Amino acid sequence: MPSLNVNGSPREFDAEPDTPLLWVLREQLGLTGTKYGCGIAQCGACTVHLDGVPTRSCVRPVSAVGPQEKIVTIEGLSRDASHPVQRAWAALDVPQCGYCQSGMIMAAAALLKAKPRPTDADIDDAMTNICRCGTYNRVRAAIKVAARGGDASSAGLVIQHVDGRRS
Amino acid sequence: MSTATLTRRGFLAGSAATGLVVAFHIPFADEAAAQAATPAAAQPEINAWVVVQPDETVVIRIARSEMGQGTLTGLAQLVAEELDCDWARVKTEYPTPGQNLARKRAWGNFSTGGSRGIRESHDYVRKGGATARAMLVQAAADDWKVPAAECRADKGVITHAASGRSTTYGKVAAAASRLAPPTDVALRDPKDWKLLGKRLARLDTRGKLDGSQVYGSDLKLPGMLNAAIRDCPVFGGKLASFDAAAIAARPGVKKVLRVGDSAVAVVADTWWRAKSALDALPVVWDEGPNAKVSSADIAATLKAGLDAPDAVVGNSNGDARAALASAARTVEAVYAYPFQNHATMETMNATAKFTPAADGAPARCEVWTPTQNGEAALAAAAEASGLPASQCEVYKLLLGGGFGRRGAVHDWVHQAVAIAKEMPGTPVKLIWSREEDMTHGRYHPVTQCRLRAGLDAKGNLTALHMRLSGQSILAGVFPQNIRDGKDPVVFQGLNPPGPEASIGYSVPHLLIDHAMRNPHVPPGFWRGVNLNQNTIYLECFIDELAHATKQDPLAFRRGLMSAHPKHLAVLNAAAERAGWGRPAPKGVYRGLAQTMGFGSYVAAVAEVSVDRKEGRLKIHRIVAATDPGHAVNPQQIEAQVEGSFVYGLSAALYGGCTVKDGRIEQTNFDTYPVLHLDEMPKVETIVMPSGGFWGGVGEPTIAVAAPAVLNAIFAATGQRIRELPLKNHSLKKA
Repeated sequence: MPSLNVNGSPREFDAEPDTPLLWVLREQLGLTGTKYGCGIAQCGACTVHLDGVPTRSCVRPVSAVGPQEKIVTIEGLSRDASHPVQRAWAALDVPQCGYCQSGMIMAAAALLKAKPRPTDADIDDAMTNICRCGTYNRVRAAIKVAARGGDASSAGLVIQHVDGRRS
Repeated sequence: MSTATLTRRGFLAGSAATGLVVAFHIPFADEAAAQAATPAAAQPEINAWVVVQPDETVVIRIARSEMGQGTLTGLAQLVAEELDCDWARVKTEYPTPGQNLARKRAWGNFSTGGSRGIRESHDYVRKGGATARAMLVQAAADDWKVPAAECRADKGVITHAASGRSTTYGKVAAAASRLAPPTDVALRDPKDWKLLGKRLARLDTRGKLDGSQVYGSDLKLPGMLNAAIRDCPVFGGKLASFDAAAIAARPGVKKVLRVGDSAVAVVADTWWRAKSALDALPVVWDEGPNAKVSSADIAATLKAGLDAPDAVVGNSNGDARAALASAARTVEAVYAYPFQNHATMETMNATAKFTPAADGAPARCEVWTPTQNGEAALAAAAEASGLPASQCEVYKLLLGGGFGRRGAVHDWVHQAVAIAKEMPGTPVKLIWSREEDMTHGRYHPVTQCRLRAGLDAKGNLTALHMRLSGQSILAGVFPQNIRDGKDPVVFQGLNPPGPEASIGYSVPHLLIDHAMRNPHVPPGFWRGVNLNQNTIYLECFIDELAHATKQDPLAFRRGLMSAHPKHLAVLNAAAERAGWGRPAPKGVYRGLAQTMGFGSYVAAVAEVSVDRKEGRLKIHRIVAATDPGHAVNPQQIEAQVEGSFVYGLSAALYGGCTVKDGRIEQTNFDTYPVLHLDEMPKVETIVMPSGGFWGGVGEPTIAVAAPAVLNAIFAATGQRIRELPLKNHSLKKA
């Protein structure tokens, strides 16, 4: 049975070779955090990391992913939503409906790894994911917060997080 | 995410139909997690809205659907404000539509649209909180044998100062739940609010950060199969035939079946296999009477309506026709607005399970789906299954976008139930492909508008006739609500002075009427609804009149707005913050717009530049002002205002669905582009609640996005865009 290296573990799957990686992740491996939005690499909801590179998994046939290539999905970005991008997202209440946000977070995490202090132009180039609710400005602000080491006050957006609340 | 579906034994005990929650599948992929997320049974229900658990967790029930707009958090704030509980201990859960039915609509209306979540239910949900608080305090007072009036409650702690005693909500909840609810609770004066008006973080963020939030399309039930569907590409057409044998041997395929008159579905073990098999399925359509209809045909029909005598009046005063005939000068323009798809990020989907009657148990139909109206979804499940609603249940999941698509019409639920009924006992998850979603929407209605203005010799506006021609949403969705040929929703933003969607200008002679012209493309409520195009028509034309009479667009508007102080206040606030009347940065031009809808007053100023050589538009900055009466959570209002510009500018710049051979031509985001992050302007939001009323915030701002930008484009170029979307026009210097 073929296998993939997902979030640090080898995972076997049963799918035709032309099945997009997205649907292997979602339907064979139960990793539904990665979303289907368009199926033609337009919206970015399916973004995962392939050896650290943000990749639109809806158009990548699973047969074109080697068993040693390191796949990281939103579920594997951190154990407890503690990745700096996730923390910045929480601090600024970025998600609205949330459906595109896995892809947004994966794209942002890859950007910050490649460019720890991204310019606005870098953010424009890297963040091509579609959000219909309209979180773009908070996405940009949260990337900057993460780049500055997590100081949410630098975003100038006042949000009261009540102590003791986990989410 | 702390929203679970209500599943308490306490509810069962008090329910009129105790069989309702039997055979209940918690809508979580991981059953173990589901068990953990489900409150242990028998936690005291104080009333329909409030459950207080012994560990002091306060569960607030939310009837409306969360789809990103933040209503879950806002409604919880309303209850918690009156309940005086500890906000850090608040969780939320959805009662199910079946439970609402069984309890005689204890939770009222589930419908989540028209920015009504808070403005329609603030009174009864706050009373729910206040009543529960009174019962909890009474229970403590009874225990202490002191008057309840001598007790105080704060953050879930009840104290009796005179005796120095204190207890907690969790400790008295069981006793409180047995008390008769008071009927005369008073609601807190807004000046005393502790939670309302606070910039609180949302309650539903965590699961959206780590992939754990289960949307409808993520649902997994034991033994579940997956379905893909294709409906006749031409609206009104039918399925003629299909060759199931051609795909029967493909991997994973379980069934190929007709769904209703017009669709065919493939059921397989995985969705990808179902979809791949469907793509390979030979299908013959009977495309029906609309097979040759094009956008040009529809436009011609609407154009004829601009002069037709069969119009119904939505607003009038004076004698506009006579005043136009005798005006010193007239100005006229025709505008047009296209079909648009909601394009929610999550495509339509539902999981359905049909369980036949057996061993004395009645047949049952269950549906798990993201819906803006759980009760309508329940009605759809009942209709499609042929069972009474009391034998059906709907479990609501968070929506991956709604925008009106998942509210009034539940076509996908009908389909899912029809499929599940053919596979009794097996849950089947139906997911639409993006292509299916784009071509089988319930589209923003298509309209045109002719505006004629009469001006006196000094350039004062004396008469205005707005003739709307085009599609009625109600005619397509709720035809029973059409009265004497009139769809009142058509006139959003153009209504006479009043609390809803009223026009912000006084014109001595005014006539606004509508010639209904309904093409075969099905319309739907689309975030912002008719306020969107009506505000473009009016606000761009008012701008035209200002320029035609060589007046400043702000000053010209102010001259018409003295009787509309709330409209004027937001316009002034946006203009002042934007620096209207002062020089803009070099090469940058401003435009403004205002409107009133969904109970709120909104205005925007846009700053744009246009590279005339390349024809490239850059929107630099938008200043937006909102008066929603009461502002329940200002930071969420800001998020809604920002989001409204993304939605509104996507529509203005790119949003257009065209018709060829009876079908929608745009099939995905490559042919139906939307705004991206790099195009998004800076947005400065002014939240200016004036008190005394409750307005919505999810939609109104969308309406000012396009006209503010279009008016700024005119200021920059002298080019007046009257047909949307903008992508069909070149901004290059001729």
